[in-house]
Amino acid sequence: MSIRYHQNIQPLAGLLAGFLLGAGLLVSGMTDPGKVLGFLDIGSHWNPSLMGVLGGAVMVSLLGFQFAKKMKHPWFDKQFYAPTKKEVDQPLIIGGLMFGIGWGLAGYCPGPALAGLALGNPEAPIFVGAMLLGGVLQNWWATRNK
Amino acid sequence: MNSVFLGIPLLSVIGGIMIGLAAVGLYYSLGRIAGISGILFTSLGRNGGMWRWMFVGGLISGAGIMAQLLPEMNVVTRPNPGLIVLIAAGLIVGWGTRLGSGCTSGHGVCGMGRLSIRSLAAVGSFMAAGIIMATFVRHLLGVA
Repeated sequence: MSIRYHQNIQPLAGLLAGFLLGAGLLVSGMTDPGKVLGFLDIGSHWNPSLMGVLGGAVMVSLLGFQFAKKMKHPWFDKQFYAPTKKEVDQPLIIGGLMFGIGWGLAGYCPGPALAGLALGNPEAPIFVGAMLLGGVLQNWWATRNK
Repeated sequence: MNSVFLGIPLLSVIGGIMIGLAAVGLYYSLGRIAGISGILFTSLGRNGGMWRWMFVGGLISGAGIMAQLLPEMNVVTRPNPGLIVLIAAGLIVGWGTRLGSGCTSGHGVCGMGRLSIRSLAAVGSFMAAGIIMATFVRHLLGVA
């Protein structure tokens, strides 16, 4: 298979994976920040939906990534791009804690927030705009302090 | 809604399986981790790559089209927390997912599936902070 062929088919593979993921987010109920907060808020009426979503998704990915070990390379590229870093460092934990604070505050993680752009949800463009700005600012700050 | 067990809705598990298949599909086809924050922010850069733009577009249109088929799932069941909370939350989610190299999809779905120690640590961090925030702080701030 030629590189040229890969270049043509890669966007299609990206589109299909994104489409299935977006459809799955809607089906799973995760585009509703109320269900997400209902899971994270263990003080009120607990909503277990998120556990079902993560359980279903991880079950598939556990099996899927095991089988991938037998593959020499992906179908439409020369190599796999999985992260190789092993150590648990401070940015990972601080970043995770920060993300969790924002997630527990508004009930959106990046996927459902993006999906909300197509759902007529007036909160989504505001959250997504702020999220993009936050990421760009982090990138600027990290580059400046290198 | 039908429940599998312990009150977990059947649709949440079906949706989760779809998300898992999308993540595995992206890895088999392009060898890429389906981390939405990573793909989104890299797509903004100079070497964004067409597949990332298509992935983001696919995600948005996939949710939009599915909402036409399942309109009862397209709901927001909590009050709007207001402009300030939405902007503050968005900013720290953007900053945090960049700093921590991932979000619920990259660390949660893909990382845990790959049994990555880093991802397990990240999931522990954002779950703990999210639970503390949603359980205590939101009530104190009066954000329902």
